[in-house]
Formats: sequence, structure tokens, C-alpha cells
Amino acid sequence: MNYEPVIGLEVHVQLKTESKIFCGCPAKFGAGPNTQTCPVCLGLPGTLPVLNKKVLEYGVKTALALNCSIQPFIKFDRKNYFYPDLPKNYQISQYDLPLSYKGYIDINTDGSIRRIGITRLHLEEDAGKLLHEGSDAASSYVDFNRTGIPLLEIVSEPDINSPQEAYEYLTSLKAILKYLDISDCDMEKGSLRCDANISIRPKGEKKLGTKTELKNMNSFKAVRSALEFELIRQTKAKENNLKITQETLLWDEKMQKTITMRTKEEAHDYRYFPEPDLVPFVIEEKDILSIKNNLPELPRQKYSRLLASYELSEYEANILTSDKNLAEYFEIGAQIYKNYKNLTNWMLGAFLSELNNRKIAPENSPVAARDLINLLKITDEGKINNLTAKAVLTEMFNSGKSADVIIKDKNLAQISDKGMLSKIIDETIKENPSPVSDYKNGKENALMFIMGQAMKKAKGKANPKIINELLKERMKNA
Amino acid sequence: MNEFQLTAGEIKKEDTGRERLTSSLLERINAVEDKIKAYVIKPAPAASAKKNSGLLGAIPVSIKDNICVKDEATTCASKILGGFKPPYDAEVISRLKESGAILWGKTNMDEFAFGSSTENSFYGATSNPHNLNYVPGGSSGGSAAAVAADETIISIGSDTGGSIRQPASFCGVVGLKPTYGRVSRYGLIAFASSLDQIGPITKNVEDSALTLNVISGYDPKDSTSADIAKPDFIKALGKDIKGLKAGLPKEYFTSGIDPQVKKSLDEAISVLKAKGVEFIPISLPHTEYAVAVYYIIATAEASSNLARFDGVQYGYRQINKEGIIGMYRATRGNGFGQEAKRRVILGTYVLSSGYYDAYYLRALKVRTLIKKDFDDAFKEIDCVITPTSPTAAFRKGEKIENPLSMYLSDIYTISANLAGIPAISIPCGFTKEGLPVGLQILARPFDEETLFKTAFSYEQATNWRKVKPKL
Amino acid sequence: MAISKEQVNYTANLARIELTEDELNILSRHLDDIIKFIDKLKDIDIKEVAPCSHVIPIRNVFREDKAHKSLDVKDALQNAPAKENNFFKVPKVIE
Repeated sequence: MNYEPVIGLEVHVQLKTESKIFCGCPAKFGAGPNTQTCPVCLGLPGTLPVLNKKVLEYGVKTALALNCSIQPFIKFDRKNYFYPDLPKNYQISQYDLPLSYKGYIDINTDGSIRRIGITRLHLEEDAGKLLHEGSDAASSYVDFNRTGIPLLEIVSEPDINSPQEAYEYLTSLKAILKYLDISDCDMEKGSLRCDANISIRPKGEKKLGTKTELKNMNSFKAVRSALEFELIRQTKAKENNLKITQETLLWDEKMQKTITMRTKEEAHDYRYFPEPDLVPFVIEEKDILSIKNNLPELPRQKYSRLLASYELSEYEANILTSDKNLAEYFEIGAQIYKNYKNLTNWMLGAFLSELNNRKIAPENSPVAARDLINLLKITDEGKINNLTAKAVLTEMFNSGKSADVIIKDKNLAQISDKGMLSKIIDETIKENPSPVSDYKNGKENALMFIMGQAMKKAKGKANPKIINELLKERMKNA
Repeated sequence: MNEFQLTAGEIKKEDTGRERLTSSLLERINAVEDKIKAYVIKPAPAASAKKNSGLLGAIPVSIKDNICVKDEATTCASKILGGFKPPYDAEVISRLKESGAILWGKTNMDEFAFGSSTENSFYGATSNPHNLNYVPGGSSGGSAAAVAADETIISIGSDTGGSIRQPASFCGVVGLKPTYGRVSRYGLIAFASSLDQIGPITKNVEDSALTLNVISGYDPKDSTSADIAKPDFIKALGKDIKGLKAGLPKEYFTSGIDPQVKKSLDEAISVLKAKGVEFIPISLPHTEYAVAVYYIIATAEASSNLARFDGVQYGYRQINKEGIIGMYRATRGNGFGQEAKRRVILGTYVLSSGYYDAYYLRALKVRTLIKKDFDDAFKEIDCVITPTSPTAAFRKGEKIENPLSMYLSDIYTISANLAGIPAISIPCGFTKEGLPVGLQILARPFDEETLFKTAFSYEQATNWRKVKPKL
Repeated sequence: MAISKEQVNYTANLARIELTEDELNILSRHLDDIIKFIDKLKDIDIKEVAPCSHVIPIRNVFREDKAHKSLDVKDALQNAPAKENNFFKVPKVIE
């Protein structure tokens, strides 16, 4: 029988605010343990939360970008459960009147557009961190720095039909969040986290199967791998008439498989009730409109615009707009350099690979768009050839120096002087008598060999166009 | 007259007695505290005036032990907070310090403010200064007893369902629960966040108004604090109450009321009538549900508010072999007293899956009806007058084995918290046994001025506050 | 019976409170009385009534997104029953 997976994703993103959601502690990552806490985020007796204005603003912004409806009257609720990383033993979250609901993201799969529904989007506070390594094997250690970092929870509809689609959804979602500049979306640092649930059913069947929940994936690729693994596991179980139990599974990255959580989870009873320490929030239509009007251009819009304005292929536009900063880099370049085709080739080729080799983001590139364009112009003028230009770019990344300085310092300028090139050609012909006679006997490709030898002699700096012309001329006369 | 018997108003007016004040009070505490046990932490002899100029300059003010004072033990009269010292001041403490007040020890209470008798304290019960065999009321029993026994000039309490007014009534002093949102709750260790309010317990109405001037006002650290204009409450004192319309809710004068209390109330009504107050019979039809609504909402919120006492960050911790969950269970099982356990479990139950709609949600809806009863009544009248409690103080041990009967003793005070409105209790007589009786006045939200002018007018026409306990 | 001993026991565990057998017995009796009492709310018609979760109509209270100084780590840990290297220390949590 043919089975299809039904996948839903639950994404938590930490919002990029100066301070925490309910107190003024800094929301920075990586500080020493328990150095970013105060009575409020430690949940000390008597303290009270006050909502950070920016958190609601970021929430509304994201909701609108994800095509969600904004709840006119929102409130916060307490989610009650005991855990040592949760100082109050309740988490301030949103239950029945979340910030927003019913949105969607359009994703690109196999060249066609699929619409994935967003069930809801709500605000909550992050918990602290538990560490299990210390002097004492019978102890765990608690760091409350992360407690109270603002979180946005984005829950998708179970509309996702394959692990690859889940991957595309996450990539698209991340791009939108980055465009909005509301989160770092760094899975390694935990500023974006994703849990998945998956069930399978015979193709065409409406009824949902028993789902399992997958946790502990540290990258989008890991989400895809975990889902692929689970899809196969569930399919095999079905084929062998084994029961699939509803459970939470952890992804083991090293073993590339899912494992059952060791502790049996108790049935949850979170006892949600309205948070009495926070007042309700009423979001006015005019405030929503004002945020809507100030939304930045989003990936899909940028994609369409770039596609139309710069003679790009869909593939090129897609890559360029997958990262807001890459697209911005391109557009800064395109303002001062009109050979879009060449710019695109360079950016998607040499430039991206330099970035990837160094694992740096476009916005942190040591080579500014202006500097890259300068390099392209120098190349266009024939001062250096393409091959040299790539080496110069690498050097620009390494040293941070400009193309001009590198070309001068390393004496890389192209030789276009006909006298000098003639001399090189003469020597090359003299040193390669047999290829020369081969050419004369009609072997056309022998010319390429001779040309290569001449280039080598010129240490790669010869102007290829001129040397080609000169060589042909000399061979005719020889 | 001894200095310790002075009121803050008298001290300010005469500008006398300040030098001798603290030593006089300490002598008084030495003489009577062993009988009363009003304090969890007695005032330090070194506690002295920072400045005389502020609104409460050099005036000793004792603090209920559920209000955080930076770097000083704050216990909520519970074993579970043993050793806890908050690293911050409650907003009311900052305001008191700013006003020049001397922080005068921490007063006893029912553990986490759970109770109406101050018998539920890990540190032992407090006695009623008027008769040591009787309870002082609760939960701010230590504060009321300390004021009644002249062990302090003013005390700060908290009121969730009557915890300021009922002990004030039992001890023959003045207790005010301000409008919800009038005084910042920041630093008050929460019992039920949607009901809790901090307020003063004082020897007379003037000191009550004076103290509210100091502790009230908008606080950006408390989202539920009201950002509204704050009048000078002292100016309400002495205002004419002729023509004031007072409602007498028929539901408060039923068979449950002690005849002696009823008699004192009738006399008080006559006094106010003579002052020109017009009394109008009214109905607050959902009154009979108030106690049930209260015990659902208050315990539900408490179950969540008290979840943080788990032995991880502060206070008492007990470890056993069962890991982290074992630590939680043992710490909370041994750290909480019986009433705290009862309320936390009840509150957990009414919120739990399958019961939320039947209890908690239903209670929130009936709360709406109770609030509406008052909204409707206040269209016709300016204030409501009732007894503070159906009886005078009861004997120690009388209700401790029967929690429900204890809960029902809050029947007249609970509605003000549910409706968020201000209410004051002032002395209006004594029973044959020499126990004080209290009169309660309730007004519209943020209309404490009506309470003060009415209470002050009555107080000036009577002499109840001059009857001191014989200690 | 409005509430059984088993339900009390379950709820006590949800609230992470250990009870002795004696405590459980007395508490079950008390809670049964109280729940019978609060059950009187079932008599009221509340179909058209909105719940009151906030009694004073205050809305939209915010703070600006400005960072303040945090506590010194030693003050944050001043009350800790057990600590090590600036961490709070608790019995092992098994995941």
C-alpha cells in the first residue's frame, strides 16, 4: 500500500529585543551563568511582569507577514508545570486568545507553489537552561539567563506532505523572519527551535493516523532526516501490522535515528488560566494598519521584483532572495554596475563560495558590494583576466585590501602590450616545434595547446584576447 | 499619655514625642509582646528615624511579613521561606522609606495569608489584645494586634478577602482595603493576584488617609496598578456627609448575623443618620455565592502563585531518593502548613482538566455578576454599609478543625475584593465580652474619599477608639 | 462524595505535595465539604455572562524595550539552598 505522511511543525523563535519579555534584563546570548537575571525573571516572590512593547510589535509584524489575522483582544495565560528551568513553575504563554491565527506561507517545491497553513502564532517567555555536567553526577545545574527571553511560537497546520516540504517550509519561514529582522534564527544558538509531528495514512485517506512528536533537531537538515527516518519507521510498522504509539521521540544526530525518551512522560495537565498579573491587550485597527504599511519587502515580493527588474532566471532570483542581505548586496551592486548577468554569475559563483568557505553571512562580508563591483570593472576593462580576478577576490577576502592594491602589490595586471606579447609568442613557437607543425598540418586544437603554453609563460597575466589574435596572425605567417 | 499611644496625626501635629517614640514603643513591646505575639521579627532597637520631614517622618510602621524588604527575612509565616532574604524592596516599602517612616518589624499572619485567625502561622498564633483567649482575626492578625496593643503606630497589611478589615474589626482598629490597582502589589508575595491589595491598619481614620497618601499611586512595575490622579486623602476628612446615600444590603442582615453585632450596627446607623446620611435598603442578589466564587478563584490563583516554592532557588529544601520530583514533593509536603496544602490542592483541582469549566470558569462568570450587583447599586447610592464580620472575634481553636466554617466568617468582606472596590472597617462598639465590633463601608472604585469622610465623621461622633485593651 | 481520596491524591501529586496517609484522609474529608459547598454555583444560569478575569478595566500596559542592569550573580544566588560555579544546583533531572 502507498502511504503519505502528514506533517506539522512547531517553531519557536527568540525575538531580537534589547531586553527580556517581562523585565529589563538584557536578552543577549552567551553571558556567564546567571549573570542576566533580576528578581522578575528569577520569579522571586512578589515580583510582577510588565510586557515589553517591542515584543508585541514584533509579534504583530510577523503575524502580518505570515498572512495571519490579528486577534483584537489578546490576553496572556499561565501554563502550569513543574520543571527546574522554570522559576515560577508556570510559563506565561497564550492559550485561548493568542496574538493571531489562520495564516499561511507559500513555499516553492519542485517548481510549483504550495500553500502551508499557519494555525496560530503566540507570544511566551523562554525557560532557563539545565546542564547535566558538573562535579556531581547526581546533580543538574540551572542557568536562568535564558528565562524570559521573548519567544514567538509559530504552529503550522498539518499541511506538509513530505520531509523535503518541511525543509522548504522552514527555509521560507526563516527567510521571512530574517527579512523582518525580528530574530537571529540561529538554530545552533537556539534562537530558532523546531519540533515536528508526523503521522502516516494510506494515500487518499482522510482520517489521520497516530502521530509521534519529534524533538532535539539542531538544523533544518536534521528536521528533514528525522522526518525521513520516522516516515520509514512508521511505514514499516504499518506494513508489519504493528501498532504506532503516540509518543515523543528524540532525534539522535550521531546515530541518525529517533529514540524514545527515557522517562515516561506524565499525562500533561497544564491548568491554563488567565494571567492575572498582566492586563489584556487591545490592538487597534489603525496600529495594525500602520505596522502593515511599514512592513519591509518580503522574500516572495523581492523575488518577483528581482526577477522582473534584472533579467534573472527563476533559479538565480530564488537564491539571491533566499537571504535578505544577499539580495540587498546584489541590489547595491546593481545600482552601480549594469551588467546584471555578470554580477549575478559572480555573486552566485565566486562570491558565495568565498562566503561559504568562511562560514560568514553576506552582511558580514569583508568585501563590500562597491569593492566587488570595482573588481568586476577592472576585469571588464581588461586590466586582469577572469582567472586572476577570482584569485584577487580570494585575496580581498583574506586581507580586506582593495582589488587595486592587490593587483599593484602582486603585479597581477594583465599584459596587453603587443611588443611584449609578440616576444612571448615567438619564444613559445620556438620551444614547441611539433605542436606548431601539427597545427600547420590542420590540427586545429594544437593552437589551444600553444596558447596555453604562452599563457603559462606570461604567468597567466596575458590578455587572452590579444594573445589569441597575435598567435593566429603569427601562425598564418610562420 | 504615653508616647506609644499616639497616632501619626498627633505626632505630626504636636511635633512632640518623636525622640522618645521608639524607646517608648520598645518598652511597650517588651511589656506586652510575650502575650500578643504580634511580630515574626520584632523591630530592632537600632531602628531609628532617617528624617522627620516626610509625610511619615520618623513614624514607626510595622510590615506584614508577606511584603518584601530588601535583605531582610521575609517569611510569609511559612517554614518554606525559611532563610529567604529578598534582594529588592516592595514598592510600598520604597514609598514608606521615601516618606521617612521607620520600618518597625515584620508582623505575624496566617501562612501565605491563608486564614482568618492568624492561627495558621509557622511561628505560632497571635492573640487578640482585648482578650488573649480570642483570635485577632486574620490574615493580617499580627498587624491589627500590634496596632491595637500600641506596639506600633501604623501597620501595613494585605487584604485578599478581608485580611485587613476582619482583623481590624476583631481588634478594634481601622483597616482599609483600597481599590484594586490603587496601591502597587510589586513586592507583595502574592496569594491571589486578582484580589490582593495592600492597605493600612491604623488607630484612627486620619492615619489611614495619611498612610494611603504615602503608599498609593501608579507604579510602572505593576501592570495592574491604575495610572490615575491621586487625591490628597487627608482633605476628605471633615467633609460634610449630609445627604450622602448609604445602601443597606438586605443579604447582609440575615439570620447569620450575631445579635450583638446587629445591635452595634443599628446604633451606628442612628449616629450616621443624625449626621444626615440617608439610608436606602438595597439588594446585592449574588451575595450568597461570593464565598464559593472567592474560594475557587483565590485558591486557583494561589495554587499557581505558590508553585514557585519548590526548593530550587531559595528557602527550605528537602531531598529524598526520588530525584527532582521527590525534592519538590518532600519540600512542599513538609514546608507548607495544613491550610496552605489544603488551598493549593483545592486550587489545583478547580483548574485541572475536566473541572476548569465547572469551577474556575463558572466562578469567573459569577464574579461578573457580583461586580454587576455593585455597579447597579452604586447608580443609586454613594456607599454601602454593613458589618465587617457576622460575629466578633472567636475563640482560639474554635474553627481551626472546620475550614468551611472559617471560610464563611469572611462572608461580608469577600465581595469587595471580588468587585475590586475599596472598603474600610472602623470600630463601632463592643460585645458584652468586651470584644470589638467593626462597621464596614464600601464605595465605588477609586472613591476612597467617600470612605474616609464617612468613617471620619462617624469616628468623631463616637469614642470607641479610646477604649484600649487592658494588658 | 464530591471528591474521592484517589482524586485528592492525584491532585496533590499534580501540585507536587507529598501527603501522609493521615493528611490524605483529613484533607479528603475537608475538600469534600468545601467542594459540596462550592457546587452551589451550579444553580446559577451563566449562559450569557462573560468571565471576569480582570476586575478593573486597565488595558495595554507596556514597558519600553530598554535593558537595565541585572543582579550581581552573587545576589542572584544569595538564597540558593545549593549552588556551584554560579549555577543553582538541583538533584539530577533525567531527560
